[in-house]
Amino acid sequence: MSTERRRERIDRPIKAVTDDIFCLSSMREIAYLVIPRILPIVGLLLLGFLVPTYWRKVIVITFIMGMMALSWDFMASCGLTSLGQALFFAIGAYSSAAVNHYLGLPIYLSIPLGTLIGAIISTACIYPALGLRGIYFSMVTLIIPLMLMRVVETTGILGGTEGITGLTHFPGMFITTTISMAALWATFFGLRRLIDSDYGHIFVALKDNDRAVEASGLSIRWFKVQAIFIGSAICCFCGAFMTHYYMSVGMSAFAVDLSIFPIAASVVGGMGTLAGPLLGAIILGPLSEALRTFGSFRVVIYAALLGTFIVTLPEGLFPYLARKYQQIERWVEAPGGISED
Amino acid sequence: MLVYGFINSVILMMIALGFSITFGISRVANFSHGGFYILGGILTWYGLIKLGLPYFLSAGLSIIIVGIIGAVMYRVVLVRLRGLELSEVIATFSLGIVILELLRGLGVFGYEFRNPVFIDGSVEIFGVGVGIQRIIIVCAGAVLLLILHVFVHHTKMGLAFRGVAQQEHTALSVGINPDQVSMLSLAMGSIMCALAAVLILPLGVISVDEGYDILIKALAVCIIGGLESTLGVLVAAFIIGYIEVLTSMYISSSLTSVIPLACMLVILLIRPSGIFGKSKEIEERV
Amino acid sequence: MEYLKIENLRKTFGGVVAVDNVSFDVEQGTLLGIIGPNGSGKTTTVNLITGFLKPDSGKVLFKGRDIAGLRASKITNLGIGRTFQMVKPFYRLPAFKNLVVPLFSPRVKRMGGHYGEKDTLALDILEDIGFERDSAVPYKPASILPHGYLKRLEMARVIALQSELIVFDELYSGLTLAEVASISPMIEKLIETGKTIIMVEHRLKELFKIAHKIVVLDQGKKIAEGSPREIMKQPSVKKAYLGVEL
Ligand SMILES: Nc1ncnc2c1ncn2[C@@H]1O[C@H](COP(=O)(O)OP(=O)(O)O)[C@@H](O)[C@H]1O
Ligand SMILES: [Mg+2]
Repeated sequence: MSTERRRERIDRPIKAVTDDIFCLSSMREIAYLVIPRILPIVGLLLLGFLVPTYWRKVIVITFIMGMMALSWDFMASCGLTSLGQALFFAIGAYSSAAVNHYLGLPIYLSIPLGTLIGAIISTACIYPALGLRGIYFSMVTLIIPLMLMRVVETTGILGGTEGITGLTHFPGMFITTTISMAALWATFFGLRRLIDSDYGHIFVALKDNDRAVEASGLSIRWFKVQAIFIGSAICCFCGAFMTHYYMSVGMSAFAVDLSIFPIAASVVGGMGTLAGPLLGAIILGPLSEALRTFGSFRVVIYAALLGTFIVTLPEGLFPYLARKYQQIERWVEAPGGISED
Repeated sequence: MLVYGFINSVILMMIALGFSITFGISRVANFSHGGFYILGGILTWYGLIKLGLPYFLSAGLSIIIVGIIGAVMYRVVLVRLRGLELSEVIATFSLGIVILELLRGLGVFGYEFRNPVFIDGSVEIFGVGVGIQRIIIVCAGAVLLLILHVFVHHTKMGLAFRGVAQQEHTALSVGINPDQVSMLSLAMGSIMCALAAVLILPLGVISVDEGYDILIKALAVCIIGGLESTLGVLVAAFIIGYIEVLTSMYISSSLTSVIPLACMLVILLIRPSGIFGKSKEIEERV
Repeated sequence: MEYLKIENLRKTFGGVVAVDNVSFDVEQGTLLGIIGPNGSGKTTTVNLITGFLKPDSGKVLFKGRDIAGLRASKITNLGIGRTFQMVKPFYRLPAFKNLVVPLFSPRVKRMGGHYGEKDTLALDILEDIGFERDSAVPYKPASILPHGYLKRLEMARVIALQSELIVFDELYSGLTLAEVASISPMIEKLIETGKTIIMVEHRLKELFKIAHKIVVLDQGKKIAEGSPREIMKQPSVKKAYLGVEL
């Protein structure tokens, strides 16, 4: 009988006290718990306001992409896996541009209005597909933005291929950064609170077993509509924000990279964790900026990264790191026969 | 009109068939379909123009290469993701994007990228001039359907395919290796996709954006027809094909590409599983 | 007027006739058992009654109203609760949070009478059904619960919903004798409190002890109906169930 070794994982003692009551006995333990929570907030604050102007732009875009990723992750954990997040972005972008351009409303009205109108239109667009599950739903979400793009292109509404230009811009870089950062954190904590609330459990349940939700007397269609509305509102805000940031909106709002990025960020960071997509976006955002010179190879790199991660580290970076941080791993001898735990 | 609608429909069917076959057998939604399509076209072009191979050799080779890529994709990537639908979709989707954007990055754009037609010239059918290439497409489509039918219903391997499609575990227990069958189904789907590319692409220019279009069209046809039903693909292709031609003739040619979307949304509202699909009901099985 | 009346229910899947002109009725406050070999259309019948499938033809009259083809959630809110043969809990939620979901339903709101938090209520229900309150079991993620507890969780859902007509689809399958022995009294208690129950079951011995009436299905058709005593004597039932001792 051969002796084999297996890897044993033990929670660090501090967590083992109980799951939600911590007995903190030393500064070290407090630091152990607090640092990973404080660090990202402070880090982003510093990054957002101290880096040189060029990189600040990158950071604003990263924040916005982070929100897109959060929205994708939220929808995915409700069982609504979208391959066309760009749809929502574009609808939000065009709505706020239209409100700003045709109605002449100022920026502090056009962004919220664009978000709201956009979310309503998005939900209406997706509504027919809500009867579908899993990949069936994904397929339809992939098609709709590309088709809508064709509609705008061929019918020439909303500026056609040219898009709408000359929109009101933000009063300054400081405000831009502040708004985007505030929005990002609001989205993150808002979604996390929602998911952890009793009401949010219904969304979780939607993915785990929608038939049982229906057998619980709740209409799955109605809850899916709510989930889509929340998810698309976030993306519509991103779209509205970016149109004003660039002062124009065009066909590129429908582009595939906008659909791919949120997925890539979530997969790299860890799907279904909310913190994961955020981490993924913070890694991929600047990376994609650095790769800008490569043109369309940039998308190739994203996509390749995406494929690699989903095969080799399907849980994603965040759960992986969290585990390393919270657990002690060691090799122990296992009696023969057991080769894996 | 009648003739053009017919040809258009057959083209749509050819495009969608590869996707539907793969999905029907192994339940893998191959989102790299568009990528494979363009890859098939560009490989043929490369062999023909750059390497100076004879047309049919070059076409045949590229079909085989694409088929192998499909199989390899299954062996290397998808095997590890079986059962994780979402991951499968993401993996194939990203591979498709890698192919397409790589080609774009390598500069595939413009009029030089075009495969010549097999035989030049045209004949007259019902008083309309039709290019011979289109006639070849129609014939090939018919032959393909026939072969497919015979293969699935009258050969041992076809039986194995159907078995896996219905009950993977049971198939396993009677000695069929579902992994092998799935791999073959991917290879088959890719081959059909490349075949369609070789036949259809000479009608136009090879462009990367076309790849996305193809994927959308294939998906739209499959969703309307019901995802795993070959009959559904046929019927849906004809519905969309004719509606497209009708709109472009009587309403506006700029609206043609919107039609599949509209059809799809309407169908989804009234029959979520598509015209001939039974996916919805099968999922209810306990 | 009958409480629940099924009239000429029919459902086909492609070529297969899964339920073929089945009719029966259930009186309020009784327990009806549905038995039949595998694939005889029991689950399909349940799905048709509870709205998870639409019948091709036929009626499901619940308190005089035809509910065939309504949305499942709507039917649930009318007071018909069901369990599933294949237990699939909400994996990512702790066991007691699984019950919080039905507590959000319009029916529970309408029935009222609830005080306090949803969590407490959920824990109360789970305790009644055999989840030890002071242990860690109700707080564990549903994904790691053993099969017996998952079955109880299914049952807990219909109790949380305060359904008046409950349809159990093979509740006992996969349970040990001891577990069955502990659940049976709960079902009898449900009847005593005025609930009406339909039980699809393979464990005939246990079923016949508590059922008032039995319907036998075979290949989608109803082949017999009567009290457990009568059913046991029917030769056609024995034939359909060849090999099963009664
Ligand atoms: N969703 C479905 N799609 C196709 N056939 C089905 C479906 N559900 C059940 N069937 C078929 O209908 C018949 C009855 O099935 P079912 O009601 O599950 O039987 P039981 O529950 O009595 O074992 C079987 O032949 C089964 O294969
Ligand atoms: Mg059954």
